[in-house]
Amino acid sequence: MEAARDAREAAARSAAALSEPLTDARLVARCRDGDEEAWRTLVERFSRYVYAIAVQAFRLPEHDAEDVFQEVFARVYERLDTLREDDAVRPWIAQLTRRLCIDRLRSGTREIASDAEELPEVAADDVLAQLEEAFDVHEALTELPENCREILDRFFARDESYRAIGEALELPAGTIASRISRCLDKLRDVLVGRNGPGGASSEQVT
Amino acid sequence: MNAYDIERLSRLIGMLPPAPAAWVRAAGELPRARRELDGIVARAEADAEFRRALIADLENALRAEGVEPTWPLLVELRRRVSS
Repeated sequence: MEAARDAREAAARSAAALSEPLTDARLVARCRDGDEEAWRTLVERFSRYVYAIAVQAFRLPEHDAEDVFQEVFARVYERLDTLREDDAVRPWIAQLTRRLCIDRLRSGTREIASDAEELPEVAADDVLAQLEEAFDVHEALTELPENCREILDRFFARDESYRAIGEALELPAGTIASRISRCLDKLRDVLVGRNGPGGASSEQVT
Repeated sequence: MNAYDIERLSRLIGMLPPAPAAWVRAAGELPRARRELDGIVARAEADAEFRRALIADLENALRAEGVEPTWPLLVELRRRVSS
């Protein structure tokens, strides 16, 4: 019951965050002004990114990842005034997350030989670069119609089955694969459009 | 990105799954949690008995105020009531 409620809440929050038109800089400015809704939006916007850095790039176990996750946002909240450029919030959060992950790994490996302490940072570089690209792709998703955003997110990021997606979105399971394909084409158009003329239309995909 | 092939796009979308909802909720409630923390610390300063009970069980003290006892909040509360 609680898991289902959490999933519904997460989907609603994520959808809201993904459709949020505020730039990072405006969002930061609002947070600095004490706008608590803006703060929740900021957390939503970067929550996947912070989580992925901790779990995928640094392979922290879940309980360590949770501590790092909370510590990152606590520090962002405390130190938002020290950010020199509001639109640099993403690299700032990334750097903070990486540093806290490394601290956490080192605190767990103090008794291991010193050369092992170099491993986490080096091993994470490739994944970190891919996560940057993944963030860009997720930003491009915000330019798609809502039904595309949702179906792509459910299938690829939430790993939901055709059946689960069909039930949640009230779609015949047989139409989902073709819809995903058309939505991926639209996403590709958006990404190409960012580097040249044209772009995806905002029409719903049926 | 240099190439927008479907396979790569699919993989990149999948690289950012949602963080656990409870984590996101707790981080999103940080402004309220900080206010609650201020209230708890003020009570602890005014009431020695409350302060003793608080130090004995910080997690439950936060939960009693409706605040998720995340690690940074526990560290901060411990620091503030111990100083």
